[in-house]
Amino acid sequence: MTNEQLKERISSLAQDAIFEENKQFLIATISPKDLYSVAKSLKESKDTAFDFLFSLTGVDYDPSLTVVYHLESSTLKHKVVIKAKTEDRLNPSFPSVCDIWFAAELQEREVFDMFGVKFENHPDLRRIFMDEDWQGYPLRKDYKDEVNIIDLIK
Amino acid sequence: MVEEEVKKKFEAVEEYFINMGPQHPSTHGVLRLLINLKGEIVKDLKPYCGYIHRGIEKMCERNTYPQIIHLTDRLDYLSAHQNNEAVCLLVENALEIEVPERVKYIRTIMSELSRLASHQLWWCVMGMDMGALTTFFYGLRDRERILDIFEENCGGRLILSYNCPGGVMYDIKPDFQKKVKDFLTYFKKKLPEYNELLTGNVIFVERTRGAGYISKEDAISFGVTGPSGRGSGFSCDVRKHCPYSAYDKVQFKEILYSEGDSLARYKVRMDEMLESISIIEQLIDNIPEGDFAVKMKPIIKLPEGEYYQKVESSRGEFGVYVISKGEKNPYRIKFRSPNFANLSALDKMTRNSKIADLVAIMSSIDLVIPDIDR
Repeated sequence: MTNEQLKERISSLAQDAIFEENKQFLIATISPKDLYSVAKSLKESKDTAFDFLFSLTGVDYDPSLTVVYHLESSTLKHKVVIKAKTEDRLNPSFPSVCDIWFAAELQEREVFDMFGVKFENHPDLRRIFMDEDWQGYPLRKDYKDEVNIIDLIK
Repeated sequence: MVEEEVKKKFEAVEEYFINMGPQHPSTHGVLRLLINLKGEIVKDLKPYCGYIHRGIEKMCERNTYPQIIHLTDRLDYLSAHQNNEAVCLLVENALEIEVPERVKYIRTIMSELSRLASHQLWWCVMGMDMGALTTFFYGLRDRERILDIFEENCGGRLILSYNCPGGVMYDIKPDFQKKVKDFLTYFKKKLPEYNELLTGNVIFVERTRGAGYISKEDAISFGVTGPSGRGSGFSCDVRKHCPYSAYDKVQFKEILYSEGDSLARYKVRMDEMLESISIIEQLIDNIPEGDFAVKMKPIIKLPEGEYYQKVESSRGEFGVYVISKGEKNPYRIKFRSPNFANLSALDKMTRNSKIADLVAIMSSIDLVIPDIDR
């Protein structure tokens, strides 16, 4: 499918989607409540068939928290990027896509560990790299750690 | 009668947990696996990572792009050259810089030598894990010759940092082509020895056939790429689908097997070694003359936007995702590590197999732990 057809398909699934295009990908920003239905439809429809989730990233755009999904189809060879963002920094919550793409299970744990984003219906949401009792979310822009991070430029 | 009694006794056995790691000779790094065993059958497996987490993604947010290259060496240290190439290609494509042909040939030859060295280390460690200690000495003996070539040309054996945005750091030495050709002649005579030792060995084949089966749909869903994914029939070679550097000028095959077990993954890597030798032979005599680098500005700033670059490292698809706000540091950088995805499939592969098979399966996936933890 071309970028135009993908735009139409995603707009029909999520009415308030915002699109931008760069040289490599078509990027669609949707709200978290539409995320699960869009993801399921993109994987299961025969003409999109996005079965390969190759990257799941968390980004801290002050003041919102965003999760970026890079999708590719192994049969039809097209790619798309879906972003879901929330403004709530105290209790950010997204639906989990673990049952659609198995790769999401460990990657969502990493986003939870580093940004504090909770994923509903995740089978085992706990920290993966930091200690179990660590306080704070290291990759957020407002993370302060006097002991471990040395600020050479004051 | 006897069968039913044995079944009843097995059902009555309690499940118990044992720890494999973090210090263990077969986990190839610091990884802890919590295995739920019933008798000798593995019921469940949970990996615990984070023992070598260094916060590389956070560190890169305050480093400039040439400094980031030095940190990518230390991710998957066995394919250091391919990791460096990913960041350099991302910067060059974002700034729309065309590198000279000589640079592309040198980078491709170094990548394939890196892949050969990585597969040699994988082969010698796979044999050692199963108990065949001779393979350890054979593999390392031959790998030393590649490391000598690297040391003379790049300055380091394992941690290379030879690429830089715009080209390579120094030109190749005058005897580079002769040394690489001598190595290839020597290695082509040794590769049949490798096959005699392990590939045709009945004990090895019986231990690996059928162990750790993963289907093609599961491999795609878990994101298992590289030789582990190609052993299940998932065609994912980045060198074929999105060619970069000099890969569009060479002829080579993408190796695919469809059985999906450890023996298929083993055979994919053995055949890939032959393909790497053939790629180097096609390129080594035709390196064009020219500059070894393009002159870049002293401070590199990427235009505002998002960029993604992938390369084929020895273990799978290594990707770099950069969000830039127009400054000299990236706003967010993420390394898509192939070993992280391969590890997530380990649980599915080892369900209901014996614990002795777990060692064979882990060495056929070929994990490097610092790449998981970053």
